[in-house]
Amino acid sequence: MADLPQRQTDIGPPHYMQFLPPVAQKNYGQWKYHEQLSGGSMVHVAESGDKLWTVRAASPRLISTDFIRGLTALADKYCGGHLRFTTRHNVEFLVSDESNLKPLMDELKQKNYMVGGIGDGISNIVHTQGWVHCHSAATDASGLVKVLMDEFADYFTGTKTLPARVRFAVACCTNMCGAVHCSDIAVVGIHRKPPTIVHEDVKRACEVPSTIGSCPTGAISPDPANKSVKIKEEKCMYCGNCYSVCPAMPISDPDNDGVAIVAGGKIGSLRSNPKFSKLVIPYLPNNTPKWPEVVAAFRTILTAYENGARKHERLGEWIDRVGWEKFFSLTGLPFTHQHIDDFTIARETYRTSAAFKW
Amino acid sequence: MSQKKYETPLLDELEKGPFPSFVTEIKTAAAKNDSANDLLGVLEQCYRERRTHWKHGGIVGVRGYGGGVIGRYSDVPNEYPGVAHFHTVRINQTSGFFYTSKALNDICDIWDKYGSGLTNLHGSTGDLVLLGTKTDALEAIFAETSSRGWDLGGSGSAMRTPSCCVGPGRCEWSMIDTLDITYALTQEFQDELHRPAFPYKFKIKTAGCGVDCIASVARADLSLIGTWKGDIQIDQAEVKNYAAKGMNIQGEIIDMCPTGCMSLNGGEIAIDNSNCSRCMHCIAKMTKALRPGKEHGATIMVGSKAPFVIGALLSHVIVPFMPLEPPYDNLKDLIRKMWEWWDEHGKNRERIGELIVRRGMREFLEFLELDPIPQMVFEPRRDPFYFWTEDELNK
Ligand code: HEM
Ligand code: HEM
Ligand code: SF4
Ligand code: SF4
Ligand code: SF4
Ligand code: SF4
Repeated sequence: MADLPQRQTDIGPPHYMQFLPPVAQKNYGQWKYHEQLSGGSMVHVAESGDKLWTVRAASPRLISTDFIRGLTALADKYCGGHLRFTTRHNVEFLVSDESNLKPLMDELKQKNYMVGGIGDGISNIVHTQGWVHCHSAATDASGLVKVLMDEFADYFTGTKTLPARVRFAVACCTNMCGAVHCSDIAVVGIHRKPPTIVHEDVKRACEVPSTIGSCPTGAISPDPANKSVKIKEEKCMYCGNCYSVCPAMPISDPDNDGVAIVAGGKIGSLRSNPKFSKLVIPYLPNNTPKWPEVVAAFRTILTAYENGARKHERLGEWIDRVGWEKFFSLTGLPFTHQHIDDFTIARETYRTSAAFKW
Repeated sequence: MSQKKYETPLLDELEKGPFPSFVTEIKTAAAKNDSANDLLGVLEQCYRERRTHWKHGGIVGVRGYGGGVIGRYSDVPNEYPGVAHFHTVRINQTSGFFYTSKALNDICDIWDKYGSGLTNLHGSTGDLVLLGTKTDALEAIFAETSSRGWDLGGSGSAMRTPSCCVGPGRCEWSMIDTLDITYALTQEFQDELHRPAFPYKFKIKTAGCGVDCIASVARADLSLIGTWKGDIQIDQAEVKNYAAKGMNIQGEIIDMCPTGCMSLNGGEIAIDNSNCSRCMHCIAKMTKALRPGKEHGATIMVGSKAPFVIGALLSHVIVPFMPLEPPYDNLKDLIRKMWEWWDEHGKNRERIGELIVRRGMREFLEFLELDPIPQMVFEPRRDPFYFWTEDELNK
C-alpha cells in the first residue's frame, strides 16, 4: 500500500504533559487537597488556589469508536478537549472552568451516562475479555460486569453509600487477568475438568514437545501409543495453556465450567496491609445471560458487610475483626472441602488456636 | 453491502438496566462493520452454549517487533468469517491515561478504517486496546498510528507496558512523579518492551502513595510506591474544622491508626512519627489537615503475580526508600541488575517473584548488593535451618 505514511519504531508513547489541561500543567505536583462534591464529581485545589473539577462516568470498557467520539465531543464542549480514564475503566471529564460543571453534568444526565464512582461505594469493575475475545474463558466478563453494576447502580451513583470503598473484579479464568486476587468481592471463571484430548487432531495439528512444554505444572506427558499426549489429571490446574499451543485440547465445557466467588482482599496500605481475596463460594453455574446466583451471592455478602462493618472498615478488615467462622455464619454460605486450602502454602491457614467463635 | 442479521435474544437482555451496555456498543460498531457484526453473532452463540469460541493460532505482529499484537482466531470461522481473524492491537497508553479529544478522535478514525471499531479503554495492564482486526491490516495500522506519534505496547515474555496512577497530574498525595517515571522507563526500555527476550513477562507499575490506585502491589513484578520521611504535617486549625463539621476524630482517625501512634489532646492531633508506618489512613481521611512529611521517595517492591503456578504473590520490600529524581539512573540501574539475575537463572515462564522463592532472597539481595534489613520482612525466620558462607564462618 503505497499511500501509507512512513512508519516509526521505538518511539514510545507521546509525552503525557501535552494532554494535561493547562491548569494541571501549571499546578503539576502542587495540589493541596480535594473535596468530593457528589457521587460523581470532585474538585482538586492547588497551593496556588487554582481549581480543577472532575466529573466521572461509567464506561463498559468494551466501547465503540462512536462511544469515544461521544466522550470527546463532550470534552470539547466543556473541558477544552481534556479527558482521562481511570484504572477501573471510568471516564473522567476534566473541567477547568466552574461554569461548565453544571451544564456538563446536566448533559451527561440527559444522555443517560451513569455518573458516579467516587467515594465510599462501588466503582466500576476491573475485568477481562471473556467470551468476547479469549480462548481460556470459563465465563464471560462483560456480561457479569453488566448485571452486577445494574444491581448495585445506587452504590455507584452515590444514592447509597457503604462503610468504605468496595471494589469488585471479574476474571474469566484462573489466569486472573485483572487484580481479582486482591478485591473486596470478585468473580473468577473456573474450569473443573482438564482439557479433553482429541487424539486424531493432536497428530495433525500439534507439536508434541511444545505442547508438553506449555504446561506450567508438568501435567502433560507423551502418549506414544496414540502418537499423542496424556494429562495427569491430579496435576492439572485447568489453565488452558496447552489449548493455546494445541487446538486439539479444548478446555471449555459448558456443564462443568462456571465461576467461583472470592472476597476480603484489598490493595492499599491504609490501616491494614494489602490482602488476598479468599474463597467464599467454590462454584456457581454460568446461568446466562444474567447469572442470577452470582448477583444474589454478591448481595448476601454486601448486606452482611453493610450491617456489620464500622465506618472506614474494608470488607476484608471487617471479616478479620469478626473472624471467618463468623462470616460464614452471618452470610449462611456453606463451608465445604474446597474452602480448606491444599495448595502450595496451605498449612499457614489452618487454625492453630482453640480460641474461636461458634 | 448486505449484512447478515443475527437474532440475539440473550444478549438483548444485557441492553436493559442503568449501566452502559457492551452489547449496545457491539451493535453500534456492527452497524458499520462486518467483523463487529460477526462478533455479535458468535457472542450470542457463546451465551447460548455457555462456552468460548476463540482459539489461539500462531503469533502475529508487525515487522521488527515481537509483541504488541495478540493473535486471536475463531473456532467457527465458516459461520462468522468476519472474526476468523480477530487480533488485538495494544497501543501504549499515555502516562496516567490523560488524552485530548483530538488524539482519541485520530485513533478512532484509524480504527474505523482498519479494524472492527471496537476498543477497550483500557486493558488492565494499561494499554489502549484496539479489539479485532485481520492479519493483513496490521502493518497499515502500525504505520498510521506510529506516524502520528503512537507506539505499540508489550506482550509475551517482555517488559509489559508500564503504567501508573494519576499522580502529580491531579493528586495531592503523590510523592513521586508517577507520570514522568512511567514515561522515562518506557522510553528507556523500548527494546525490552517490543522484543521479548525475557524468561517471562515483567510488569512495572508506579503509585504515588500507599493508597495504590494502580494496584501495583498486587500485579506488578516491580512495584514503585511513593512514600515519605519526616513528620506528618498537621494543620491544627483544619483539624478543628473537621471536628466542627461532625467528624468523630477519635473514632475514625485516632482509634483506626494501625500503630496507635496518634492522640487527640484538647482538639489537637499529636503524632509519634517514629512509630507511624505511613499507612496513609489518617492523611486520606483528613486531606485538608494532614499531609505527608517533606522528604519524598519510593519504596521499591518486587514479585507480585496471579496464582499460576506457585500461588498468588504480593510484592515485597527490597528497598525501603529510594529518592527518585530524573533521569532516575539509580532506578534504571537496579532494574537492569534485576533483569540480569532473572535472565541468568529464570526458567522459561518463571516470573521474577517465583525465581526469588526458588533461589532464595539471599542470592537475590547479594546480586543487587542490598544489605538485609528488618523492613524487608514481617518477622524473622522461625526455623533453625540456615546456611553460613565460608566468609561468615571465618569472621
Ligand atoms: C497464567 C496466567 C495467564 C494467562 C495464561 C493469561 C492469558 C491471557 C490471554 C490469552 C489474554 C488475551 C485475551 C484476549 O484474547 O484478548 C490475556 C489478556 C489479558 N490478561 Fe492475561 N493471562 C494470565 C494472567 C494474567 C494476570 C495475572 C493478569 C493481571 C493481573 C492478566 C491480565 C490480562 C489483561 C489485562 C489482559 C488484556 C485483556 C484485558 O484487559 O482484559 N493476565 N491474558
Ligand atoms: C503465570 C502467570 C501469567 C501468565 C501465564 C500470563 C499470561 C498472559 C498472557 C498470555 C497474556 C496475553 C497475551 C500476551 O500479552 O502475551 C497476558 C496478558 C496480561 N497479563 Fe498476564 N499472565 C500471568 C500473570 C499475570 C499477572 C500476575 C499479572 C498482573 C498481576 C498479569 C497481567 C496481565 C495483563 C495486565 C495483561 C494484559 C496486557 C494488556 O492489557 O495489554 N498477568 N498474560
Ligand atoms: S482471565 Fe483468563 S479468560 Fe480472561 S482474558 Fe485472562 S486468560 Fe483470558
Ligand atoms: S490446562 Fe494447564 S495445567 Fe492443565 S494440562 Fe493444560 S497446560 Fe497443563
Ligand atoms: S496512588 Fe496515591 S498518589 Fe496515586 S492517585 Fe492514588 S492516592 Fe493519589
Ligand atoms: S499514616 Fe497511618 S500509621 Fe501513620 S499516623 Fe496516620 S494512621 Fe497512623
